[in-house]
Order: sequence, then C-alpha cells, then structure tokens
Amino acid sequence: MDIFANLAMGFGIALTPYTLMLALIGCFVGTIIGALPGLGPSNGVALLIPISFSMGLSAIPALVLLTSVYYGAMYGGRISSILLNIPGDEPAMMTTLDGYPMAKQGFASDALVISGVASFVGAFLATIGLMFLSPMLAQVAFKFGPAEYFALYMLAFCTLGGIGSNNQAKAALAAAIGLGISMIGLDKTTGMPRFTFGEMHLMDGVDFLVAIVGLFAVAEVFHFIETHGKDSAIGVKLGKITVNWAKLWSTRYAMLRGSGIGFVAGILPGAGASLGSFLAYMTEKSSAKDKSTFGKGNPNGVAAPEAGNNAAAGGALIPMLTLGVPGSGTTAVLLALLLTLNITPGPLLFTERPEVVWSLIASLLIANFMLLILNVPMVKVFVKILQVPSWVLLPGVTMIAFVGIYSLTGSSFDMMLMVAFGVMGWLFRKLDIPTVPVILGILLGNAMEDNMRRAMVLSDGDWTYLFSSPIAIGLWIAAVVGFVAPMFLRGVLKKPPQPSTDIGIPD
Amino acid sequence: MMRADRIFGVVMMIVALGYILSAMTIQTSFLSDPVGPRVFPYMVAGVVMISCLVMILRPDPEVHWPVGGMLLQMILALAVLLGYAMLIQPLGFIIPTVIAAGILSWQINPRPVPAALSGLGLGIGLFVLFKFILGLGLQGLPRALMG
Repeated sequence: MDIFANLAMGFGIALTPYTLMLALIGCFVGTIIGALPGLGPSNGVALLIPISFSMGLSAIPALVLLTSVYYGAMYGGRISSILLNIPGDEPAMMTTLDGYPMAKQGFASDALVISGVASFVGAFLATIGLMFLSPMLAQVAFKFGPAEYFALYMLAFCTLGGIGSNNQAKAALAAAIGLGISMIGLDKTTGMPRFTFGEMHLMDGVDFLVAIVGLFAVAEVFHFIETHGKDSAIGVKLGKITVNWAKLWSTRYAMLRGSGIGFVAGILPGAGASLGSFLAYMTEKSSAKDKSTFGKGNPNGVAAPEAGNNAAAGGALIPMLTLGVPGSGTTAVLLALLLTLNITPGPLLFTERPEVVWSLIASLLIANFMLLILNVPMVKVFVKILQVPSWVLLPGVTMIAFVGIYSLTGSSFDMMLMVAFGVMGWLFRKLDIPTVPVILGILLGNAMEDNMRRAMVLSDGDWTYLFSSPIAIGLWIAAVVGFVAPMFLRGVLKKPPQPSTDIGIPD
Repeated sequence: MMRADRIFGVVMMIVALGYILSAMTIQTSFLSDPVGPRVFPYMVAGVVMISCLVMILRPDPEVHWPVGGMLLQMILALAVLLGYAMLIQPLGFIIPTVIAAGILSWQINPRPVPAALSGLGLGIGLFVLFKFILGLGLQGLPRALMG
C-alpha cells in the first residue's frame, strides 16, 4: 500500500539525528509549556513561531519542532491539573475532576502514570487515524470549489462560535472583528489599499502572528496582574513514581473509548481538544455502573479525558492539513505556522509536497514515544519546573513574546500593535467574548473573501451559486445546526464543578 | 443600568459604521470582479452590527472591573509594555528588558529585591539564550555605546 511506502519515506526524513533532536527539544519544551498554568498549546506555539522563523529553520524542521511542542503541551497539561488543581491548559480542565482528588488521597503517582499512558494511547491512535484518514479526506477535498470552501469557512466559524462560547452573538461578533481586521491592507484582486488610512505599516495587512501573540500571550499578562496570579506552589506531595500495573490495566477500556470519542471530536471543525476531553469524561461517567466515584478520584475519570484530549489534538490536524480549516485555537496557530513557512495546506499538499506531510506524521509517531518516556518515568523533572515562581515566569514569557515579534518584523509599530491586541484580549476575556474566532477570522478572512469572489466570477454574480452543489448545501446545513443547536443543548451539557482546592492543603 | 456589554455594543456599532464609511471610499479598479473589494467588508460590518444589537438588548451579567489601585497597576503594566516596545530599538535588548521585567515582576510580587534580581536575570539570561544559543540577531546594548 502506498501509505506504508509514504510512511517509510517520512521516517527516512524524520529519523535523521538533527530532526530527532528537534523533536526531543520540542517534546521537552512542549511538556513544560503545557504544565505551566497560563501557558497552553496555543499561546506556547504562538510564542515559538516567530522565534523558530527568525532562527532560519526550514519548513520540515520547524514543523517537526512545533508540532512536537503541540503534542507535548497536550501531555503536559495534566501535570498541574493533577498536582495543583489548576488545569495547565484548557483541554486539561476535565482531568482536574478526578486527578486532583486522586492526588489528595496519596495516589498522585498513579494519576500521573495513568494519565501519561492515556495521553500516549490517545495521541498514538489518533496519529494512526490521521495517517489513514487524511489522504482519503484529501481526495474528497479535491471536489471542493470556491462555493464549497466558502461554506466550509462558514461552518468552521459557526461551530466554533456555537460550541466554543457561551453567547452566540459574542462569538459571531468576535469572528466578524477578526474578518474585519483581515481586510486591512492591499486587496489582492484589485491591488487597492483598504482601511490603511495612509499608514505604510498597514499596507501588508496586520501580521497574524502579531495578533496571535498579542491576544494569547500579552493578554495573559494583564489577566495575571489583575488576578494577582494563583500561587503556583505545589499543594500535593509527590512521592516516588511507581507504576501500578493492575490499576493501569483496569483503565484500558476508558482509554480506548476516550481515544475514539476524542478523535471524532477533534475532526469536527470548531470542536477541538476541550470538547474531546469533555465528551470522553461525560461518556465514561454515564456508562459507569457506579457513578458516585467520579469526581472523587476514579482512575477512569483521569484516563478517559486525557486520552480524549490527546486524540482530539491528533484528529484536529486532519481538517487543518487536508482542507486548511483549523477547528480550534491551537490548530489555528498551527495553520499560522504553515502559512509562515509558505506551506499552503489543502488537498494539493498531499500530492505536491508529500514529504512534508509524511515526515510530519512520522515525527509525530516518534514524538509520542519520546513523550511517553518524558511524561511517565521522568515526570519529576517537570514537577520541579512547575515550582518556578510566577514573578519570574510571567515577565519572562512577556519578554519572549516581544523578542519573537521584534526579531520577526523589526518594527516598534508591530510591537505596539501586539500590546494593543493584548489589551483587546484582556477586555474580551472580561466581557466573555471568545478570542479564538478573532484569530480564525484574521487567518481565514482573505481566503474566505477570495473564495466568495471567485465563486461570483464563476457564476457571473449569481448568489444562489453558493448553495448550488450537494456538498455546499450539506456544509451550510451543518453550519446552521452547529450554530443553533448548542443554544438548546447548553442546559444538558453543563460542566461539572471543579473540585474545591481549599480542603487539606498544607500551607 | 449601564452594563459593560451595552457600552461595548454601542462602541462597536459606531466602529462598524465607521468601517462601512471607510469601505465606501475603497477605490475599485476597472479590472474588478463582479463583487469588488467593498461587498465583503459590508457583510462583515453587518454581522458586527447585528451581534452588537443583540449585546445591547440582551447583555450578560455585569463583570467585576478593576478600580482604584488595581486600575493604576494595569495602566502601569500597559505603559511599561508600550515603553518597552519603543525603547528596545534605540537602547538595545538588555537595559529595557531588565527594567520592564523588573517592574512586571514587582507588580506580581511586591518585594523589590527578588523583582530586581529577576529583572537582571531575565535581561541577561534571555539575551544569552536568544543571541548565542538560538542565534537571533539582537542588539544587546545601545548602538551609541557599541560604536
């Protein structure tokens, strides 16, 4: 089968010492980023894109490095969930529900081992799924014309806004603001400037990296100062890491179910890892015979969401690579990475640059094994790093954000713009307006407009052309359902409360 | 009662109107397609206005806004970041970083000595990391001093 021939080619590129070293560095840095509260996969990768770009890494090494960071952050998020009851990143939220109670009962080591292995199972199965499914989806994607792409972008915005936020109007507003920002600069078709107000810096448009780093990383600074930061001292003592094989084996079905659910949730546009872990946890809880142990330290409640969020991380790569449509904040950042590297994701990527796709898949498989070793036997290293005080960490992260943008653009204007996006991110967070649709809007705005205009050229200005093919109609229906259905489901899908921290923590 | 959602909705409504006005002045070249460069911005502004209307009519519960000392702290942080963005070019990396990182550190943990130390450590440590380990082209000290 040519999948295996391709995979062999991928391993040929990925198994060179240089690429392996980059994957290892990426896994290590990624786990740290995931473990630190306030830094997650999206802002972590966002911070590193400009830096790796300024280092002059070529496409494949940069992609290997940063996707390893992405996978690593997904693994690392659980560490602070379990030990601090603070999710290291958003998808790790569900892991606090049973992970922290387990740690309080003295099973911190078990919780870390089970969640580490669950992360591996989820990520590994999802990478295999990615390997088989994405070439098939790429075949389907060849049938997509401009009308279908326009509908697909609508679908991404609608489901992201519907599922990922609490208020549809605010999600739509966020997406429209992003799209509006993306219009700034020269219009590709006519070459005329739009919304530049004579400012030379705006002719090229707003650099999406400036927006991403501002919204994700700089906004965190303001949020942190306002809340005065949660104390990041370890609340739970961690003894020697030992593997309780019987307990680990007892969670096998939870891991497999979680992986399956997470993978599907990851593929859906707009859903992403947070939904994957949420659904995996809820399924596990509702299918269990004894529901009362969930939330009180049930190992299955640790295994399922971790397998789910890691599988979703893998699944989310599929629409991003084959269609160029990211389903979540993190994959939006990875799309930004591809665009920075001048790689256009889409069906053509699989036929024209197979070496990129397959070396990426091969290094993801390798990175998974590295991460398993880093996150189970060596997890204590990361627990030590968690003890870095926030008053060193936060200024450090801020300065890294500035260095990245400065070495990328070399202009004070872009750094000021980044700070402005930081203020905007803080304000939006206050007002409960999601920022991911803003990013998605900035990233996809030009492509979306371009596809709409090309569709109109093809149909000579007939707007019904947008709804003319069965694929397009299906996508439109899915978009409407994805936007409207969560309004009714919101009551059903209520998140269970986090376990309270203030019991039994020594000062 | 005025809620933040309402104020924000009104502000964005005005921004959207300005956006439409600005879009009307976009020049079209004779080579244009049937849609042209103005229609998509109009659509985007339309979505903004509808969303704002919903926010004004059905605002979410009011959130807690920073007041007094906290507001000053936030303004200080903003000033530090903006100043840093302006000074990194003329003064090089190290001096602005020591100052900015030191102030931010002090804002999180108001003890001057650890804050000063973390500022110094970050300024020098990050410079070494970026310049010599990662090989980025950073200017360490003011250009005038470097000759």
